[in-house]
Amino acid sequence: MKTILIVEDSATTRALIRAVIDELSGYETVEASSGFEALKILPQQQYDLIITDINMPDINGLELINFVRNNPRYSHLPIIIVSTERSEEDKKRGMALGASAYVTKPFKSVELQEIIEKTLAS
Amino acid sequence: MNSSRKEFIAEAEDLLQESQNLILEIQDTYSTGINPDTINALFRTMHTLKGVSGLFGLQGVTKLSHALETLMDDVRLGRIEVKESVVSFLFKNLDILRGLVEAAGNDGEEEDIAAYLKDIENFRNRQKDQEEAISPEAVIDPSIMRVLTEYEEHRLRANMKDGKGLYLAKAVFSLDIFDTALANMTGTIKSMGELISTLPTSSNVPDGSIGFNLMFGSNRPLAELKKEINVDIDILSESRTAKAAPAALIEEGPVEKAASTVGPVAVQKIQDSHLKSTSTTVRVDIEKLDRILNTIGELTLAKGAVRRIGVELVETCGHSSLVQDVHKITQTLEKRLSELQEQVLEIRMVPIGQIFSRLAQIVRRYAREIGKQIDLVMYGEETELDKFLAEEIVDPLMHLIRNSMDHGIEMPEERKAKGKKESGTITLKAYQKGNHVVVEVGDDGAGINLDKVRKKAIEKGLIDDDVELEQKDIVNFIFAPGFSTKDVVTDISGRGVGMDVVKEKLSALGGFADVTTKTDAGSTFMVTLPITLAIIKALIVRVGPEQFAVPLSSMSETLIVEQKDIRTIEWKEVYYLRGEMLPMVRVSRFFGLQGEDNERSFAVVVGFGERRVGLLFDELYGQHEIVIKSLGEYLKKLRGFAGAAEIGKHEVILVLDIEALIDESLFRQKGAVHV
Repeated sequence: MKTILIVEDSATTRALIRAVIDELSGYETVEASSGFEALKILPQQQYDLIITDINMPDINGLELINFVRNNPRYSHLPIIIVSTERSEEDKKRGMALGASAYVTKPFKSVELQEIIEKTLAS
Repeated sequence: MNSSRKEFIAEAEDLLQESQNLILEIQDTYSTGINPDTINALFRTMHTLKGVSGLFGLQGVTKLSHALETLMDDVRLGRIEVKESVVSFLFKNLDILRGLVEAAGNDGEEEDIAAYLKDIENFRNRQKDQEEAISPEAVIDPSIMRVLTEYEEHRLRANMKDGKGLYLAKAVFSLDIFDTALANMTGTIKSMGELISTLPTSSNVPDGSIGFNLMFGSNRPLAELKKEINVDIDILSESRTAKAAPAALIEEGPVEKAASTVGPVAVQKIQDSHLKSTSTTVRVDIEKLDRILNTIGELTLAKGAVRRIGVELVETCGHSSLVQDVHKITQTLEKRLSELQEQVLEIRMVPIGQIFSRLAQIVRRYAREIGKQIDLVMYGEETELDKFLAEEIVDPLMHLIRNSMDHGIEMPEERKAKGKKESGTITLKAYQKGNHVVVEVGDDGAGINLDKVRKKAIEKGLIDDDVELEQKDIVNFIFAPGFSTKDVVTDISGRGVGMDVVKEKLSALGGFADVTTKTDAGSTFMVTLPITLAIIKALIVRVGPEQFAVPLSSMSETLIVEQKDIRTIEWKEVYYLRGEMLPMVRVSRFFGLQGEDNERSFAVVVGFGERRVGLLFDELYGQHEIVIKSLGEYLKKLRGFAGAAEIGKHEVILVLDIEALIDESLFRQKGAVHV
């Protein structure tokens, strides 16, 4: 069983991502409704993947990616950015900070599923 | 227009109203410094409008709000500077949007909006001025620059452009409490400037702690910032505002004045034509309806008093014309009050489909969790139920559904072996039955193992092991308090909740649960609820010295019973009602009251089907409308009472909990002496 941490402030999008992951087998999800919450629950268990939004109220996705990449405990974790088409530039910045992939909202479930499986396989 | 479309129109109008307020705020503040939150809020409002109109296929509204969202994105990222021309342009487009929504509300044809879109596109191109060549890269470390979003970078430039100083506060907090501590600190920073970026870090930070680098812009001197924020602060670039500010004010003063006098007048003119809303719906807090119902309840009591006065007047004054007038007005009052009550109750009704769709989501998710294939079938979604009741039964229904999914539906292999199709089916069905709504949760699973239930019931001392019970009696033990076996009932997320809680909850709402089961064919739980709570009709009865109220909705008929017709069969008292045996319950004995030994007494028949019993009372007084009030925390545990009610002349009587009475008496009659 692999554990995926979903960081996203919109409950709807969170539920959507969760539902998409639920369609795959072999994954369980943990959710954080803000960057702060993610920082809190990161040390609590092992994760295999982080899926994060960029625009969030407390710390944004880029700051979270930067934190994860610069902490030896988590630096190996693959990160997928899920963000709107408005955040093209931010996505590029996220990739530059070391995110593994990105998906643009609104996304098709197959699209996200493929990216998750591909990211975890590599 | 269907109701969801109406709801869209109502929401769209709310959003347009909010947009108008935001644009007005932008107009008032753009010359003195707009709060970036206002611009963001307008951006989000357009985004939301785009989303909801898209759901309803309103192309025009969707496209136009999308174009305006893009425009606001330019504004919020500083690509377009806010000027009077921008404000007027926003107002103009808000008007066009309002026209489109209005047309949608009237089911009119959608206007062609290509020209408006082009207009917005051209406007954006004209307005886009380049941000002043300020290079934050010169003062800010690349490791920080890299982490800024485009928006944060824009705010950074804007702060520099305004001549504010840029600072970096470095704080370390314990990991368990950092969010409150950090919230305090950012609150302080925001009171003295603008927080641009909150960068968490784990380098040079002890274990169990987390560090934050907070970048902010401010005009305050460093010493003051250090004193207030109380952590190490690095200066990234110094403030120049103190010198620049007065000059800017003198220059901009007159311009600002001219702009603000022109603005509102122009706006007023454009909006007059659209002041009238096309939506006829309002959203009301259910509490407000509760208050109206309470008032109606009080009025009902007053009406009862007027009626009583009428009766007393007849006794003292005979049938004079005054008395007749009182009689007439009482009738009118009665009629209008019940109309009023019905209308308010109708407002509170919602289709049960609202909660079905929520349950469907959970079923889908939970099925995956436990590795079963489950098809969900729903019937009767349009069945209406009081909003309060609908919300209250979500949890009990969820519990029943999870129970069916965990213990009813078998794993795919097992189903295959039994010759069933691999995916199980859960059926949700709602329908109205008289004054009640029945919600069924059915599954085509293994059925409840009655032997196990029976064993458990004996183990728990609920029945003696030599008592022979019928299937339907055995299966009902799953609702007994504390009756939870792993094989029969599951916990909801390990909270140790059994079926008894479902039953208790339903009972508190004036309903009850029933179950039928067949080995390998599945089980069906039936939840029966009154359609509304609020005011109910009750029969006032007397046993010895005490009066009670029996809700009419739980009784089917009343009988006059001769003592000699009550027979005793195997210790049970029964009465033959139209050839069928009806178990009798002496309510006086039940509550330990001194009943009367009359030759004739009155029986109230309650319950349906196999749970039908006759309750014996000494006297029946007649119907009364009552408002059931809770007995409060201390008396809550008393068995047999659903609450208390006032029946005029400040007299308070207890309302019988018929379901509890039936349960207890059936247990006692079955010889289950331990209960």
